[in-house]
Amino acid sequence: MKPWFLTFAALIAAPALAQQPPQAVASAPAANAPAADEGGLSGEVSDESEWQDLGIAIPAFATNQDMATQTNAGSTASLGRTLAEVITANLKNNGLFKPTGPVSLPRPAYEQVQAPEYPIWSGRGAEMLVQGFVRANPDGQLTIGCYLYDVSLKQQLAKAGWVVAAADWRRAAHKCADMVYSRLSGESPFFDSRVAYIAETGPKNHRMKRLAIMDSDGANHRFITTGQATALTPRFSPDYQSILYLSYLNGNPRIYVYDLNANTQKLITANKYPTFAPRWSPDGKWILYSMAIAGNTDVYKVSIQGGEPIKLTDGPGIDVGGSFSPDGTKIVFESDRSGSQQVYVMNADGSDQKRISFFGGRAATPEWSPRGDQIAFTHIAGNLRIAVMSPGGGDLRYLTDSWQDEAPTWAPNGRIIQFFRTERNSGKAAIWQVDLTGRNERRLPTPVDGSDPAWGPIRP
Amino acid sequence: MTAPLGFRTLVLLGAGALALSACSSTGSKSAQQLPPDPGNAVATSTNTPSSTLNGPNPGTQADFLIAAGGSDTIFFDTDQYNIDTVDAAALQAQAQWLLRYQGKRASLEGHCDERGTRDYNLALGERRANAAKNYLVGLGVDAARLTTISYGKERPAALGSSEDAWSKNRRAVTITID
Repeated sequence: MKPWFLTFAALIAAPALAQQPPQAVASAPAANAPAADEGGLSGEVSDESEWQDLGIAIPAFATNQDMATQTNAGSTASLGRTLAEVITANLKNNGLFKPTGPVSLPRPAYEQVQAPEYPIWSGRGAEMLVQGFVRANPDGQLTIGCYLYDVSLKQQLAKAGWVVAAADWRRAAHKCADMVYSRLSGESPFFDSRVAYIAETGPKNHRMKRLAIMDSDGANHRFITTGQATALTPRFSPDYQSILYLSYLNGNPRIYVYDLNANTQKLITANKYPTFAPRWSPDGKWILYSMAIAGNTDVYKVSIQGGEPIKLTDGPGIDVGGSFSPDGTKIVFESDRSGSQQVYVMNADGSDQKRISFFGGRAATPEWSPRGDQIAFTHIAGNLRIAVMSPGGGDLRYLTDSWQDEAPTWAPNGRIIQFFRTERNSGKAAIWQVDLTGRNERRLPTPVDGSDPAWGPIRP
Repeated sequence: MTAPLGFRTLVLLGAGALALSACSSTGSKSAQQLPPDPGNAVATSTNTPSSTLNGPNPGTQADFLIAAGGSDTIFFDTDQYNIDTVDAAALQAQAQWLLRYQGKRASLEGHCDERGTRDYNLALGERRANAAKNYLVGLGVDAARLTTISYGKERPAALGSSEDAWSKNRRAVTITID
């Protein structure tokens, strides 16, 4: 993958397609053996969404000419196959639709990309078809087009194209998967996004914890810190240019803001008190954090421009963490002022603090959904479980049931939650995700153990 | 928090410890003339003044550990940070040592068990470290000599996932600093 620096995504939107109807060089349809159909379509319709069961064929993307690329995926022909594989994996891994990938499908010719051979696809039982092409440009960039067709209606439903730097080819695949997902589900996109988390290695009493980042599917992984100082609880800034996190650098736990372009970091507070649990406001202009003075922890916010921090809570109990509502007007946080950890909501200026969790046990790590309609949190009653509730504190619903699941973070579209799961005794942790039905749960691939995931917004 | 009655009892205990420590302090003075002992095990300790010669160097963490009756650590119940009578006894002994070695400083480390969420545990560890610090200050140790740090659930002492392990991890540890 790309080395240490973050290359900027020169991702240019749609006009690319208008300019170039794929015409030219017909590569002979590389008809792969029409392998066994991947288990047709079940007649079952899941309780809330029929689109979940749509059979989607995603053959390898075509190319006008098989040319070398500066990607790690080889020539345009092999890149075309990999693009389709990434799209298929995105949809399949998230339990979306019934996608069939390029391995078992014939590859359309370049000129078929905009004129699908519908009978082939209907004969295979596909209801939807995703086709695309990849072209290497003389300047080293890639033009990637993505088309969605309804096979039975013989109709194009959506199309989009992008010119990307070679290193950003995966983003085009994610944008294509997002287009398909959004068009068919009516939901907002989420694949083209990134995750910051803590990579863990070593024995339980001496864990090395490093700040790391990756794409939403685990690709383009990069370690940010060396592990010499314990790193915890990162949060991507909304513009992906920096990360807030806690580090024990120089011995004490303090919040730093790490600049991903300059690879430098600085403290967010000038005093010597320990600070932790950093969060961004949705507009990226404020930093919410917790600070302990003489053992008493309260929640503060400070402008990214600096200036006087504003103390939002004030009491002998532990007030900690927090998450802004998407419109920035409210903050959900946790406090043990009642005697145990519970979830509270206040206005963004600290006024009108009200407890909202009354479920028995303890309620911790609240995170407001980007859609605003739910709050995810960790419910502690014996085991630790991921749950959601309404912002008013109603409609408790558990999404996981394991020994220790904690620290939910929302996908940009508010339909999926990542969290981390710790193994009993060994203490080994891994990043998992679950959708809001609670049915599609899976572990994310990370190079080493992982914890404290923080999902960033959709990339521009 | 601590019942006033229990507290008074402990002050008496502390006075006893003070008497003893005055004695061993004399012994340690002569020990200071000797070249540094490269560290006999903690087990070969105390009881007779002469054993100081074979024991840890005075003013070291090992010496502190012995003086504190083997407890540089106090323990807490789930989500609690109050100093109970057992904790108070340990802190009394720690305070005696710190009062004797006025040149030493100490860091109070607060820890939690793994069955809490990370941010809350960092805050709870702060509470525990400060509870221990405040108790020592109450016994006359200059607050300027004491610092606190919370490790939350990051540094367990017992590695299992059992009630027993968790009870050992909900703790505050006093680390002496030269």
